[in-house]
Formats: sequence, structure tokens, C-alpha cells
Amino acid sequence: MPRLIAALVGAFFTLCLLIAFGTGLVSYISEPPAKTVEAAFHKAPNEDFHLQSDGPFGTFNRQQLQRGFQVYKEVCSACHSLSYVAFRDLKEIGYNDAEVKAIAAGFKVPVYNAATGELKTRDGVPTDHFPPVVYGGSGSPPNLSLITKARHGGAAYVHSLLTGYTDQPAELLKKYPESKTPDGLFYNPYFANLNIAMPPPLVSDGQVSYKDGTKATVDQMATDVAAFLVWTAEPKLEKRHQTGWPVLGFLLFASVLAYMAYRNVWADKKH
Amino acid sequence: MSFPWANEYKPKHPAMVWLDEKLPLPRFVYNAVGAGYPVPRNLNYMWNFGVLAGFCLVIQIVTGIVLAMHYAANTEVAFSSTEHIMRDVNWGWMLRYAHANGASAFFVVVYAHIFRGFYFGSYKAPREMIWLLGVVIFLLMMATAFMGYVLPWGQMSFWGAQVITGLFSAIPLVGDGLHQWLLGGFAPDNAALNRFFSLHFLLPFVILGVVILHIWALHIPGSSNPTGVEVKSESDTVPFHPYYTAKDGFGLAVFLFLYCAMLFFFPNALGHPDNYIPANPMQTPAHIVPEWYFWPFYAILRAFTADLTIPFTHIVLVPAKLLGVLAMFSAILVWFALPWLDTSPVRSGHYRPRFRKIYWALVIDVVVLGYCGGSPAEEPFVMISQIAAAYYFLHFFIILPLVSMTETPQPLPFSITESVLGKDEAATLAPAE
Repeated sequence: MPRLIAALVGAFFTLCLLIAFGTGLVSYISEPPAKTVEAAFHKAPNEDFHLQSDGPFGTFNRQQLQRGFQVYKEVCSACHSLSYVAFRDLKEIGYNDAEVKAIAAGFKVPVYNAATGELKTRDGVPTDHFPPVVYGGSGSPPNLSLITKARHGGAAYVHSLLTGYTDQPAELLKKYPESKTPDGLFYNPYFANLNIAMPPPLVSDGQVSYKDGTKATVDQMATDVAAFLVWTAEPKLEKRHQTGWPVLGFLLFASVLAYMAYRNVWADKKH
Repeated sequence: MSFPWANEYKPKHPAMVWLDEKLPLPRFVYNAVGAGYPVPRNLNYMWNFGVLAGFCLVIQIVTGIVLAMHYAANTEVAFSSTEHIMRDVNWGWMLRYAHANGASAFFVVVYAHIFRGFYFGSYKAPREMIWLLGVVIFLLMMATAFMGYVLPWGQMSFWGAQVITGLFSAIPLVGDGLHQWLLGGFAPDNAALNRFFSLHFLLPFVILGVVILHIWALHIPGSSNPTGVEVKSESDTVPFHPYYTAKDGFGLAVFLFLYCAMLFFFPNALGHPDNYIPANPMQTPAHIVPEWYFWPFYAILRAFTADLTIPFTHIVLVPAKLLGVLAMFSAILVWFALPWLDTSPVRSGHYRPRFRKIYWALVIDVVVLGYCGGSPAEEPFVMISQIAAAYYFLHFFIILPLVSMTETPQPLPFSITESVLGKDEAATLAPAE
């Protein structure tokens, strides 16, 4: 009896699935789903993009992070906040106390006085986080703190997006005339829906003058800011790698010992 | 109960003698996982996963309790308190990655444990109760993992909660009311987050309780083994300690190596990038996907794309969504019936040639379902998942009972000892079976 009930239940679900499959197949053949413009023209981030922080031995290049921070501060911070990062954290990328104080003082932090209802600002101090950015334009610039962990492709995506602005391909306009980039948006094949509200932020070489003398090409600036955003998203990456190797070394040793103990205990028992 | 030849606990130190008289806890441990528990001598590495699953539960409870000291279950701050753990709490990043990857490790281990049970017929008499309790543990684990994934209050947390709690609204008549009652609102919000946190903290201890019952039930008939032949004499068994503590120790070290490799070098490989975006009820992610361990069941849920109608009319008998929900739950609940669906008296797949074929077909089928469940709900994945889901139901509900009734099993060894040593002296004395 239980097997009979089971067979009926199983047959019921299988029948429903076959009906669903048949319906799907008929509509798939009669009206094959058209390839969307995104599916046809979206590009995956450049796979050849590498940073010193990549891979299990990855470390931070502090010089590069400082350059990236400079790009963030002078270009990105106009629209994008970095609010999960505190100014004090910048010590980890090689700034000293005085420098961190000076950087913090360069940002205005909002203070709400509950007694008077006044909203004022004051100069930032190292314990403050990067302040929220009030943005009035179109689009919604995301908080960049976690961006390299919040997008497929991570840092490579950031770099590809920043350097990927181009004119709409003629082929796209021919095949999908209704997909012309609307006014106020910009075509970028690395962006999920191909049209991004952010105007090209890095437009000319030398837009930022690096203190360490590195030539600020667009590609260099995009690479540096991507490296910086890897750090903001995963500030403990170096410590994680440094902790991981001894742990794995110990566990390898423990595995060998445990295997020998196992063989030893079982030596007299065939199994 | 144990075998008559089980070692007896004999305390030596006067303090232990004293304790044994008042509260025989050492005796209990000795008989449960010590030298007092005789275990078949021929267990292979697939029998390591039970101990590993217990270890994973401990990892999750320990890391979870510390994480709960730093986490705040409020939609305003849940996401930033998670980032606070990652950035400002000493070793907080390690705790959180250990907990998130610990959940995945737990499911890897438990899936191995379950599929070992499928292959070696571990669910068959006299071990039905162990199996039933195991399925209960699996269901509790799924609920716990789901609620835990909601806590960081990222995009996938929110939308996952939206989709999964939405399943209850498919129930006729009471569905909508039930859905709102479960969430404490019309959509996942602070009320839902708070109760999920409360339950996410509670359920692991419920799991621990059921695990104890699971092990208790195991100790009545004793462990199964790869031949599926029951223990007959002392030469078939070895004491759990030191034999299997040593073997499990080795398994544990290898497990920890792989787990730590994930934790320290690929901690986000199994997560979804969208969960690093704070929850936004106004913006639906392009593809809502649960964590990998739910993918096969998610694929079954989504495979039901057509309403069940009265033929040649448009009268809907069962809407597609309800069919999907019923099917998804049935896909797991059928495991409860397994001891009565598989009627073959032979337990081990080693001696069941036809069963072995359908077993491996099932393994491939579940992997295909998992792949489809993690892919966008587009063709060809939907059609593939429909075929794969149909096979899943055919396997458990029809093919497995049929195979177990019709196949001719291969001859079994007389005993575990014979299977290991090639001969068993007891065999010549015992009457033929």
C-alpha cells in the first residue's frame, strides 16, 4: 500500500513536470527567446587584470593603495561614499598619525544637535568614518567600501568599467535600434544593463598628479583605485593570508601524524 | 544495548569510582564513543562523515555564539554590524568566515553522510529510527542555514527571505495570512529579522538534541557497515576507541585542512557578491539564488512552470507555484518513507547491481539539478531541470521500489570477518542461512 501511494504521488509530479516541459518546449520552438541586447553586448571583466593582492600569497602594495586613495579622494569621493572605512584605518596603508589626522580634517562630518535640532558639520577626526556623500544628480552612486566584493569580477570589474567607456557599436544600433543610450546616460559594455549614469570619471592622463612620480595614465589611475578598493573591501586580506599558511602547515603536519597514528593503531587488525 | 563482548567500564582511580557510583557519566561516554562501543571492523572512509558532521555543528555553535555577541539584529544596523565584525572586532573576520564557510562545510559533510546512507542502505531495518531522526536533522539544518543567511541583511538575504517565506503564501486559503504571521508584516522587515535571529540561535541547540537522539538510536542496533551484513561475532568488531577514534582523527585533520584552505584563501567563493550590497526592498537583484546547498531543491521548485488545469479548459486545479512548493517539500519528505519504499533485504549497494546503476544515476541527477538551481531561470536550464526533477521523483517513488522488488542480489559474504579475511571459522560451525 505505501508503495502504491508513493507510485501515484511520483507519477503525479512527473506528469506535471512533463506537461510543464512540453509547454515550455512548444513555446521555445514556436517563439525562440530573442537574445537581449545585454546578452549580446555585455562584456565580462578583463581576465588579464592582476594585482599584487591576488591569489593565496597576495599582499598589499601600499604605495599603490596610497595612489588609489588619492584617485578616490580627488575623483570618486565627489559622488561615492566609503562609509564602512574609518580614517584611522588609513594607517594600515602606510600613513602616519599626523597624515591621518590631516586627511580626516579635510572631510566635513555631519553633527546633529538633538537639543537645538541644528545640523552642522565639523572637521573629521581619525575615529570618524568617511562621511556620507550627498548627491543631487541622476543615478545612485553606490557606497564604494565593499564594491570589489559586491560585483562579479571584483577589482577587474572596477578597472574594466572605469576604462571601458566607448561609443555604442554601430552593430548594436542596427540590431537593436530601440536600445540607443538615452540622454544623460553613458554606454559602457561592462555595466550590467550597458548604460550607466556615471559620466566617464577618468578622462585624461595626468588628471591626478601622483606624489610618488608615477605617471598617471588613465589605465594606471583605474588600476590604482581598483587596488585601493580591494583594500577597503577586505582590509584584513594580508593578515588572513599570513594566518592561513601556518594554519595549513600545521594541519598538514597534523594530518600526517594522524595518519601514522591510524596505521599504527590498526597495524594488528586487517580491515 | 550492546554486544555481549563489549568492554566494560572499570574505573581505576578512586575519584572515578566515586563518580561512577554517583553519576556514571564517564561510563556513558565510554560506552557511547569509547572502548565500550564495538563497531564493525570494515568501515570505510565514508563512515567518517558522521563524526565530521558533529564536529561541524560544534564549529557553528562556538563561532556563532561569539558572532552573536557583536551582531545587532536590527534592519538599520544589521549590515553595518556585520562589517563591524569584519573590520573592528579582533579576529572577527576569521569568526565570520569560519561560520559562513562552516555552514557550507557542514552541508558538504552531511550530503556525503546522506548519500552514504542511500548507497549502503543505512536506512533499512533495524536502523529506520536513526534514518528518520537524520532527516529531521537535515530539515532543521536547512531552516537554520536559511535564517542565518538572512541575518547580514544584504540583498540576497532580503530577497531570499522574500522568496522562501513567499512559498507559504502558495498554500490555499490560509497562505496569505500564514505568510504575514510568519514574517510579522507584509514583507521581510525588522520583525522578521528579529525572529529569524532568535530562531537561528535556538535551532542549533534543537539540532544538538536530535543529534543526541540520532546517536542514541544508533547504539541500539550498532553501526552499519559496507557489506550490510549484521555483526555476528566478536571477530567482526573492534572497539570504537582506539580504532575509530584514530581513523576519525585522521579524517578530521584532512577535513580541517580543506576547510581552512577555503576559510583563509577563498572565503567568498561560495557566497554571492550581491550579499555585500545592503538590503534594498526597492531593487530586485537580477537573479535571486540561494546558497549552493539549496540549489537542487530550488531547481525542483522552479521546474513547475505550468498550472495544473482541467484538460481543454482554463480552470486551474493547482497553480504552478503550489505544485512547486509541494514538490520541493515532497522531494525531501520522501526520504522519510525510504525504509518502506526500498524493500530489498540486501542493504549494501555493493551486492545490488541494478540498484548501483540507479544510485549513480541519482547522484548525477542531483548534480544536474544543483547546476540548474544555481543558474538563471532561463532556457535551457528550466527544461533541463524539468527532466532532472522528473527523474528525481521517478527514482524515489517508482524506480527504487520496483528495482528492490525485481532485482536479484549478488551473494553476500557470510560475515564481516569473512569479507575482510576471506574466511570465517565461525561460518563452518553455524548452520547455513
